[in-house]
Amino acid sequence: MQQTGSQILFTALKQEGVDTLFGYPGGCVMDIYDELFRQDIRHILVRHEQGAIHAADGYARASGRVGVCLVTSGPGATNTVTGIANAYMDSIPVVVFTGQVPTAMIGNDGFQEVDITGITRTCTKHNFLVRRIDDLYPTVREAFQIARSGRPGPVLVDLPKDVIQSMAAIDPSALADPLPAEEAPANLEGLCEEALTLLRAAKKPLLMVGGGVILGKATELFRGFARKHQIPVVSTLMGLGAFPASDPLWSGMLGMHGSYSANMAVSHCDLLIAVGVRFDDRATSKVDAFAPHAKIVHIDIDPVSIDKVIRTHVSIVSHCAPALEALLRLSDGEGFKLAERPLTAWRNQVRQWKAETPLSYCRSENIKPQYVVEKLHQLTGGKAIVATEVGQNQMWAAQFYRFNDPNAFLTSGGLGAMGFGLPAAIGAQVACPDRLVVDVAGDGSLQMNIQELGTIVHYNLPVKIVILNNLYLGMIRQWQELFYGRRYCQCDMPETPDFVKLAEAYGIKGLRAVKPAEVKRVLKEGLDTPGPVVMDFHVEPEENVFPMVKPGTPLTEMSFGNSRARAVA
Amino acid sequence: MPTQLKERAIAVIVNNRPDVLARIAATFSARGFNIESVSANITRDPAVTKIIITTLTTQDTIARVVKQLNRLVDVLEVKRLRRPDAVRREMIIARVPSAKAQASAIREIVKSHGGKAVHEEADTAILEFTGDTEELEEILTALEGLGMEDFARSGVIALERKRL
Repeated sequence: MQQTGSQILFTALKQEGVDTLFGYPGGCVMDIYDELFRQDIRHILVRHEQGAIHAADGYARASGRVGVCLVTSGPGATNTVTGIANAYMDSIPVVVFTGQVPTAMIGNDGFQEVDITGITRTCTKHNFLVRRIDDLYPTVREAFQIARSGRPGPVLVDLPKDVIQSMAAIDPSALADPLPAEEAPANLEGLCEEALTLLRAAKKPLLMVGGGVILGKATELFRGFARKHQIPVVSTLMGLGAFPASDPLWSGMLGMHGSYSANMAVSHCDLLIAVGVRFDDRATSKVDAFAPHAKIVHIDIDPVSIDKVIRTHVSIVSHCAPALEALLRLSDGEGFKLAERPLTAWRNQVRQWKAETPLSYCRSENIKPQYVVEKLHQLTGGKAIVATEVGQNQMWAAQFYRFNDPNAFLTSGGLGAMGFGLPAAIGAQVACPDRLVVDVAGDGSLQMNIQELGTIVHYNLPVKIVILNNLYLGMIRQWQELFYGRRYCQCDMPETPDFVKLAEAYGIKGLRAVKPAEVKRVLKEGLDTPGPVVMDFHVEPEENVFPMVKPGTPLTEMSFGNSRARAVA
Repeated sequence: MPTQLKERAIAVIVNNRPDVLARIAATFSARGFNIESVSANITRDPAVTKIIITTLTTQDTIARVVKQLNRLVDVLEVKRLRRPDAVRREMIIARVPSAKAQASAIREIVKSHGGKAVHEEADTAILEFTGDTEELEEILTALEGLGMEDFARSGVIALERKRL
């Protein structure tokens, strides 16, 4: 049966189980939108293509499925580049369809033409320009396979207008040559045995969990392994939620703004088992001083991550799940014993670090941003899906929300793209209509994709927006205070809009708190009101994120500012 | 020594798709690796291309180069072509004035370096030479002495001495 390119595209999407597109129409995709008119797939119309890609990304992070984005050529495509680079850095499976000028016009500076495959060559896992109608179906199927397999990532498919308008017959059951099946490495058991030998000999073992465990859907196996052997756990930013913060073995997030207990644990352990991490510089700080006393076991799907930053003693290139499953199985025997007395002493030491120097802040007559996040955690039972923007808001959400579940913390980790949170929250809400979704935002970040308030209203998405409003680009101001002699330059936005009035202009309920005593009431009202709500919290203007490890210094050299502890963690 | 910079050769076997060379080059550029020379052509299978690249790196870096290339969807295989295990060749064609006065000097260079004249006109000739890097450097120096006008040099190609 002959089908148009547009029809073939939707046939392929159906085969892939795609139920939602995030997109924005334009000249080169008119035919696709004409076909969409006849299809029953859900399409979320955003207000900026950057919103579409971040929403597809948030959809993927919250659901574990591939997010799909559809935009036109030229500026539509270039508007997705930040979001594509973001998905690339955090290994998120998204497929981005971009319109393109007809094949005969490519390279001639046509209207709304850009070389998007050239531009995204090094920030996509792979990309395609479909030059022939016969290639369309297999290419789309292959794009999805690439996006979700191995280390996931964004794939871009560029669709010239004439190809979309052509006709061809396809056999829907035909699949592109499947990628080689994802096998566990041949010597997995041998390598796991080596790792377990190191574990038996260790007196101060530590588990480090990263985003790879969540992407690999291996959180249950990870928890099983940690609890079976009672090994303390630290997490990277991207791993938050893989291991519950409420568990006694939880020892915090490590890194530049990590907790005292996590950074101390990493710096004193004698065996570090790192699962699904890439040893990013925010987590390790000074590499030569990272885990100086530890042998390192590194489990990761991507060989590029192994020995890229840190020398490992045992490296296992594998999906997290089969590796953890093997570790659990091989350590299950009667004979498998760890050094109990040293381990008890070590666990007590880590717990002591946690108790003596928890994450903390001081009260004042102004609202403290950390307090807002704490109260949010309390009032949501720790069960919300929390998207963040970037900067101080992101760090306080990571520190004080205490995640217990995976796929609940949606943050731009690797790229650090401001403006991610609001559209990501939209994508998450679309993926999980019955969950409470919150965007924790700074006043600066929120303005980067503020137009997506329109999308929220259009689809009545009950996203709750919590603004930590300090009239500053907070993290910039903090660095200028601490490292640039308080020379504040271009970090202040005193004329920030009235977010309550702005929300109301969009038809969204707006609430404001300016004193600590108002915080709980505003949060409660906002969370209990059905539908979207914007909550504007006027917070302490010059609050800093602590602990802080200056870049290029060891994780043990944390500064705490002037705060004296009020026990939190 | 792990930190010693050496020119190292690799063979990258790839799917013969339109932008695959751009992808390889973009990976080198984005990751901060350099390309000293490159030679690419199809194999006996028209769907498969072999690209030989030489790059100036340390031992640690070449390992990273290989891993980064292996990650690319269109890359089928990456092989190190280490000096003891592989034969390396390059080719030049050079244009020299072939006035009567030079004729015997030209014949001498051609004979002693196993070259040949591939094109001759009244007053210029194009000479072809193959060899390893050091040999070609010698030849070019000699040709410059003959007033060489211009030349073209291929990338390094290399092949394992034995099947691995």
